[in-house]
Amino acid sequence: MSHHTLDITDLSYTYPDGTAALSALSLHIGHGESVAIVGANGSGKTTLLSHLNGVLLPTAGTVNIGGFPVTKQTLPQIRRTVGMVFQNPDDQLFMPTVYEDVAFGPVNMGLPSTDVKARVTAALTTVGALELSDRPPYRLSGGQKRAVAIATVLAMEPAILVMDEPTAALDPWARRQLIELLRTFTHTKIIATHDLDMALDLCERTIVLANGSILKDGPTAEVFRNLPLLAQAHLEQPFSLQNCPLCSKSMGNNTL
Amino acid sequence: MVKLESNWLDLRTLDELALQKTPIHQLGAGTKLGTTLAFIMVIASFSRYEVTGLIPCVFYPIVLITLGRLPYQLLLKRLLLVAPVILFIGLFNPLFDRVPVAAVGPLVVTGGWISFLSISVKLILTITAALILIATTGIHAICSTLYRLGVPQPLVVQILFMYRYIHVLLEEVLKTLQAYQLRSCHNSGIGYQAWGSLLGQLLLRTIARAQRIYQAMLCRGYDGHIILETTAARKKPDLLYFAGWLLFFSLCRLVNLPQWLGTFITGGLP
Repeated sequence: MSHHTLDITDLSYTYPDGTAALSALSLHIGHGESVAIVGANGSGKTTLLSHLNGVLLPTAGTVNIGGFPVTKQTLPQIRRTVGMVFQNPDDQLFMPTVYEDVAFGPVNMGLPSTDVKARVTAALTTVGALELSDRPPYRLSGGQKRAVAIATVLAMEPAILVMDEPTAALDPWARRQLIELLRTFTHTKIIATHDLDMALDLCERTIVLANGSILKDGPTAEVFRNLPLLAQAHLEQPFSLQNCPLCSKSMGNNTL
Repeated sequence: MVKLESNWLDLRTLDELALQKTPIHQLGAGTKLGTTLAFIMVIASFSRYEVTGLIPCVFYPIVLITLGRLPYQLLLKRLLLVAPVILFIGLFNPLFDRVPVAAVGPLVVTGGWISFLSISVKLILTITAALILIATTGIHAICSTLYRLGVPQPLVVQILFMYRYIHVLLEEVLKTLQAYQLRSCHNSGIGYQAWGSLLGQLLLRTIARAQRIYQAMLCRGYDGHIILETTAARKKPDLLYFAGWLLFFSLCRLVNLPQWLGTFITGGLP
């Protein structure tokens, strides 16, 4: 299905204060792909994501979602296609209860109330948060907030799921739960993250950004084995690819 | 700072109380809004020297607080917050209106003191009624009802956003104050040199945060028109509730109940 694809051509963006965040960036993401976007702080990850559903519009170049260019006119259609999970779930949850928060998107889409209810229930069930329906969002734990924030987006049934640092500030158990949850999604997934182990777990393709342009775009396993590249991008190998610190220590002791 | 934090928590307590499922909470928002407005209008219509006639009206908040299972303490604390306003509104009445109206032994009571008392009671009653409305209905339901009643959408959206952003602003205030306190050696208040930058920071951070929330709303299809879901009211209990209170308010307004009761008990009834 063509509306699950994403094409970016020569995208440049300069912030009003003159900071050039992206320069002539081009990429294509196909239907059902799971792509990690990694890079140092300030490499342009969040700016890039902000272009995918028109929170920012390009200074130069084009962004096409499912064949439609992202412009002011197409924004309503684009925002139905691209679901964005923000870095801080507190920014995303603004209604008095979890239920109303998840219903906000479907209600705005003009769905009848029976459909809204069905979608909210389905989305909350998917993320395992149905029992939180009547709770106020600010009372939830970090992991619950993240799950509900994802549900708010799922309820709109987007074709492409975009996430900014989904595992940030989660405890290891909640992080693992989230990874398992994301693994079950068949959406096209685009995940900007510093959690390279999660990228290795979930994404078959990785794009490394540096100074607003693509340093490397390739299979995740290959990218994470390229140590000079990682060093250049201010990254390091995922822990799961590194030697066990205990083993290497004991090996070191043996050689001494 | 601790005080500020507890007030902020109180703000949310009011929202949480609104999620209860008592008979009062289950009434339609329109019914409760209408009853509250009627109550406020009746209270406001009493003459400025009326005190005894107002006493039976206390019955309304007491019944609602009890049936709605609202904590008295919380409402009292809120009333204390507005107490200075009440005091200042009526403060000059005893000074300007010195006409004696009664004498209790050597103590002469002037009209000013009576009207001061009357204003205080009126304000306490109306503010309590408004607080009860929020604590039993929730701001969202109230706003959707206002919209249904024909209040312009921009106004309703303003109220909703203002309520939402109070939390955002307070959260930023608390974080900023905490950061300041942790790095200031003296812990009493904030040095005047820091006020400028603290307030500036607060403004910028609040704007940034508000923008992110707004973007999140845009991403979920918000286009300036908030679609407020309204629950279908159960007609009969709502009508009974409204009619019952209206009857009671009219009775309080038309008949001075305490005086009537006094005359009745002392046998002075014609």
